[in-house]
This record gives sequence, structure tokens and C-alpha cells, in this order.
Amino acid sequence: MNAWGDYGSTESLGGMVNGEVSVSAAIRKLVIQVDETHSDMGRPVEPPTRRALAMAVIANPFAGVYAEDLEPLIAIGEELGQLLGAKCVAALGIRPDEAQSYGKAAIVGEGGELEHAAALLHPRMGAPLRREVGGGAALVPSAKKMGTLGTAIDVPLGHKDAAFVRSHFDAIEARVTDAPRANEILVAIAITASGRPHPRVGGLQVSEIKGQDGLR
Amino acid sequence: MIDLQRIFTHTEEIRHEFGPPPPVPLKRGAAVAVIKNPFAGRYVAEIAPFMDELKPLGLMLARRLLEALGTGAESIEGYGKAAIVGAAGELEHGALWHAPGGYGMRETLGWQDDSKATRSGQTGNALAIVASTKKVGAPGTTIDVPLTHLNASYVRSHLDAIEVRVPGAPAANEVAYILVMSLGPRVHERLGGLRVNGITRWDGQR
Repeated sequence: MNAWGDYGSTESLGGMVNGEVSVSAAIRKLVIQVDETHSDMGRPVEPPTRRALAMAVIANPFAGVYAEDLEPLIAIGEELGQLLGAKCVAALGIRPDEAQSYGKAAIVGEGGELEHAAALLHPRMGAPLRREVGGGAALVPSAKKMGTLGTAIDVPLGHKDAAFVRSHFDAIEARVTDAPRANEILVAIAITASGRPHPRVGGLQVSEIKGQDGLR
Repeated sequence: MIDLQRIFTHTEEIRHEFGPPPPVPLKRGAAVAVIKNPFAGRYVAEIAPFMDELKPLGLMLARRLLEALGTGAESIEGYGKAAIVGAAGELEHGALWHAPGGYGMRETLGWQDDSKATRSGQTGNALAIVASTKKVGAPGTTIDVPLTHLNASYVRSHLDAIEVRVPGAPAANEVAYILVMSLGPRVHERLGGLRVNGITRWDGQR
């Protein structure tokens, strides 16, 4: 029991739940949102823009302790890349290759450190996430911060095949009212089936994507 | 006419709150329709006819919520509704949701038939009042939407609330109309009171 252990241990609460993939992360809750814009500035959006956000609230195995080796969090990041990516695609009801843009973020409760978010997001989350969206040459844009219950984070969104596609630069706000507690981390992945509602500021168009270098 | 701006769905799967995880995680969720407020910016005396226009919206939201929860009507155990009126509107515009919100729930979840009475004596479904909250608020305002058991308001295990918030809505000239449903009781409910299997009167309360 460390200084952040007052909320009770959740170490043994991961694993198979309801027949779903085995995740070694101790997930307290999953929150899935879909946001559709049907009209904006008095103009219909046809088809409506559709953006999905999947969030997991997990126990931070390193709350209150400095650890040099963050491999357990890196492994959890890999698992969550698959789980949250699949949840987004399912919530949108699309084929994986119909996903257009993506992004990721984490909020670390005050018992942890920013590096814990980096361990979840950067080393191994990308590969399983890309498998869920049928590929993706572009960087998965990300954001991270320290926070508390109800803290919001703006998850950046960029086109999955070409980071410079201007119509798909966007952000979606992620927030769970009762998380992260001090010994928890909130992990979010966003996937869309569209760009912004009425994009008209030029730049690289979807039709011009080469999809080779991840940029254009 | 309904001028629909956004549809927003939110679902939660609660596996535990530091206690023993139930065999099946608690699922609950909300569906929100953000529409233009036809009465924004002025006082309109006769607003009641708009309730009928909102009925299809109530039906659509209830169906979208079941879809988002990935379940059928028979799995729903709790419900509630709410409205957030943008700053150029008044609370009464939120009250317009009482009838069409309840209509959407009952058309989707309800039945009443003495001849179909189950062994437990149940003569209908969606019998309880659909508990509600409403407020006037800015974009991103949160609202706590009450949840109660859909057949008996006094079932203690199902007394709950779910916070709903749509980033960026409602704008001043918009209203966010909300329906919420749950598939079970609070995740670690253990405070006794009226139990689901103790419902006997089927009067919506006990």
C-alpha cells in the first residue's frame, strides 16, 4: 500500500470480462461516444460527420512509485490500441478501411507521472490501432496531461493516410466525470468516418493522397 | 419542423468500483438530439403544439440508444430523460420534452396486456414515470440525468444518475433533448429496500 492506495487495490480485476478480449489492464470502466453533425451554420451536412471516441479508465500500476522500466504500461498500451480501436469502429458501424482519421490521448491521475501516458501511447499502441482501421500511414496525433476526476482533454485528429490533409485536422473532447482518480489513467482513442462539417480552407485534399510517406 | 443539428450517443460499461466485479458489467448510456430552438430569443405563449412535433425525435433517440447499447428493449431495466436549453431559450422549452420523451420510451420499451401477464404478475412494461431533470445552460454544460427502474420507481437498487454532456452544445439558439437507459442496477448495489423481484403492484411505483 502506497500513498495513493487509499482507493483500494484493483490489481486483480483485469482479464476476461464478458467474453471479450483478455486485457491485462485493470479496466474500471469503458465509455464510448459517437458524435454526428447533421447541420452547421444553417447548412445541412450531407452525409453527417461521424466521430467515435472510446475511453478506458485503468488502474495505474505505478501510482506513487518511480519505476525505471515502464514495460507493463507499454504492454497495456498495445492492448488498448486494439480494444479501443475496435470499440470505435464498431460504434461507427463501418468497415475498418472506411475509417478516415484518428487520434489518441491519456490523462494521468495525480499519483502518476506524465511519462506513464507516454508509455501507454507511444511505443506499441499504434500497430494494433492501425490493424483495426485497415492500415494508416500517418502519425497518430496525440495529447497527454496530468489531471483529476472530470478533467477534459482535446484528442487531436488527423487523416490516417496523410497527415497534411487539411479537411481532417480536428479535435474531439474526451472526459469521464469520475476519472481519473489519483491511482488511475484515462486512455482515449478517437476514430472518425469523416472530416470537419464544412471544410473549405484548401490544402491537401483527400483525392490527392498518395499515402506513401504518411504526410501527403 | 425539427431542425436537427447533432446526434450524440454515450455508453458506459462499468466493470467495478473497487469492489467485486459482477459477472456482467453494468451498461448504461445516453442519446442526445441537439436541435434548433424554434422559440429562441423571444417569448412565445403557445408552445405546446411543438410537443407533437418532438414525438418522432423521442422515438428516434430511444432506438438509437438501444442500438448504441447493442441490446434489445427486453434488456433495459432503468430509464430517465433530460433537457438542456441554450441561453436564448427558457426552461419551459425544456419542459416540452416531458410528453415526447416519455412517448419515445414507452413506444420502444413498453407494453401493457393483462393476458400477457408473466408468472411474476407483470402486466406491462415501462410503467414507471420517466424521471427527469432540465436546465438552461451554455455549450458543454453537464446535466445529471436521474435513472430509476422502469417498472417501479421505488426499486432502490436502480436509483442512480448518469452525467451527460455534449461538447459544444447547446448553442444559445439550440436545445439538447436527452434519453438515458441502463441494463441493470448500480454496480455494487447493496442497500436493500424494494427489490426488482419484490415488485407486486405493477402501478409504476412498487
